[in-house]
Amino acid sequence: MNPKLKKFIEFWKDFSSNKVALVAFVIFLLILFVAIFAPLVSPTDPYDLNTVSIMNSRLPPFTEDFSGNYFLLGTDGAGRDMVSAIFYGLRVSLGVGVLSGIFALIIGSFFGISAAFFGGRYESIIMRIVDIQLSFPSILVALIILAAFGKGVEKTIIALILVQWAYYARTARSSALVEINKEYVDAARCLAFGNTRIMFKHILPNCMAPLIVVGTLQTAHAISLEATLSFLGLGLPITEPSLGLLIGNGFEYMYSGDFWISIFPGVALLITVASINLVGDHLRDMFNPRLQ
Amino acid sequence: MTAFICTRLAQSILVLFIMSLLVFGGVNLVGDPVEMLINPEADQAEVERVIRELGLDRPVTEQYWYFLVNAFKGDLGSSFIFGEPALKLIIQRMPATLELALFSLFISLIIAIPLGIYAGYKPDSKVSKVIMASSILGFSMPTFWVGIIFIMIFAVQLGWLPSTGRGDIGTFMGINSSLFTLNGLSHVFLPALNLALFKISSVIRLTRAGTREIILQDYITFARSKGISEKRVVMIHVLKNILIPIVTVVGLEFGSLIAFSTVTETVFAWPGMGKLIIDSIYNLDRPVIVAYLMIIVTFFVFLNLIVDILYTFLDPRVRIKGDHQ
Repeated sequence: MNPKLKKFIEFWKDFSSNKVALVAFVIFLLILFVAIFAPLVSPTDPYDLNTVSIMNSRLPPFTEDFSGNYFLLGTDGAGRDMVSAIFYGLRVSLGVGVLSGIFALIIGSFFGISAAFFGGRYESIIMRIVDIQLSFPSILVALIILAAFGKGVEKTIIALILVQWAYYARTARSSALVEINKEYVDAARCLAFGNTRIMFKHILPNCMAPLIVVGTLQTAHAISLEATLSFLGLGLPITEPSLGLLIGNGFEYMYSGDFWISIFPGVALLITVASINLVGDHLRDMFNPRLQ
Repeated sequence: MTAFICTRLAQSILVLFIMSLLVFGGVNLVGDPVEMLINPEADQAEVERVIRELGLDRPVTEQYWYFLVNAFKGDLGSSFIFGEPALKLIIQRMPATLELALFSLFISLIIAIPLGIYAGYKPDSKVSKVIMASSILGFSMPTFWVGIIFIMIFAVQLGWLPSTGRGDIGTFMGINSSLFTLNGLSHVFLPALNLALFKISSVIRLTRAGTREIILQDYITFARSKGISEKRVVMIHVLKNILIPIVTVVGLEFGSLIAFSTVTETVFAWPGMGKLIIDSIYNLDRPVIVAYLMIIVTFFVFLNLIVDILYTFLDPRVRIKGDHQ
């Protein structure tokens, strides 16, 4: 059998031994599916003005309107079906979270591995910046960026990247420091490979395990942070209705007892973030040599 | 030790300087400063007068210099909305935020330390597993959404506790706080619990990790072999040794509670600094935004400095490492 496939099967067996993590992973895949195919799986298009009727506004869950449309989770203040709104919202939330996570991973591991590789003054400056940034809570970093530069999709993503990159940089550096002393790196140096090649073709793949753990946990964090910022009105504009905006939208109806507008998007957010966290938590235990 | 404090102090000043550049740059260079800093209802003559007064006709470097000089004098501009100095507005709202953060820090430590020690002391028991699973759930729950749920359950449906405002304010030893009246306490309880929730999860994990590490140490085995009761081992030997990381956490987490209070204050309409900054961003009240950002960053830089220094006193290993650098 292909050794890579064999390794993957072993990994999968190890991973699926924890039932909670397995269930969380399946739920996450479902959410991902719904997010990607939101236009196909949603009962209605919540942002198509032809199908949304203001007559249907604030219908409670499990109701049907006069033309026979069924609203499982009710409708919001503008008469949009909550199920569809949540599906589309998941798309925005996951998109922003994952995109910022990927960029932060690239930037963070670049600085982390190069810091470990070159050492000296370069390393100490990079790591000092990382330390200083990590001494500020993530919400504050994001708040500073968005308060000073204004809201918007790109600005939210930039703020989320800035919040996360330091975690990746620290993780990448600490695992690269271990790898650099191994023989294969010496061998690569003897073959006179360029620094870039050694750093990213030889060292990086061996640092991936801890980076993936940090990646899952950070992505969950980014999704939750984006929701918070959007709820506060600092993150995404109303043209990109993420889960945070849906919750914020429903908050004003809260006091009149229309709980579903705010609660269900929150449940969707909670399930998403919790499933990613549970998978990440289990991956961390799997990769942690001290617990094996 | 002195060298360590000096480098850290220099570093803190550098961070403040960079932040002032960022905030100044964000407010004055990215957008149109005239539009942002001058009341939109002003007429042409007024606009020109203010441009001259604010020095917007001068070179950027000179403008930045004036910004720094004025900031040192404590003059960060006046609010468009309230017509009062921005600094004064923020300082007026600071006690409300501090009391909320302090009370929720108290709640989180009281709940989290015993649970964390238990989960670390008996990592395989059912109760510990439940504790750890709920801590993941606590991590995953967005603070603002939990706040909304609290309002829905305890304020709207059950009507037990108020959900907005600060309530009556009492005075005790010259300090005004709603923690000193029963009505005030009823107002602070929900927001504080909401703010504490996230901290409870992280302190549980930290305490558990610390306990698991300490329980394997030689001095614990030694204490047990002397015949000291398990209760005493946990209450004295374990608790004392996990206090070092917890002290750091109390410092750093207190800062993050202040930062996260922006969210809780907005949900519960708590009249603190956090609600002020969010309202100011809505109203494009630039002087207040700039003042808040500068104050909060200064606060954090010095909080971190104090925690760093305290840490070196508590843990000699850090001190030695710091001196060598």
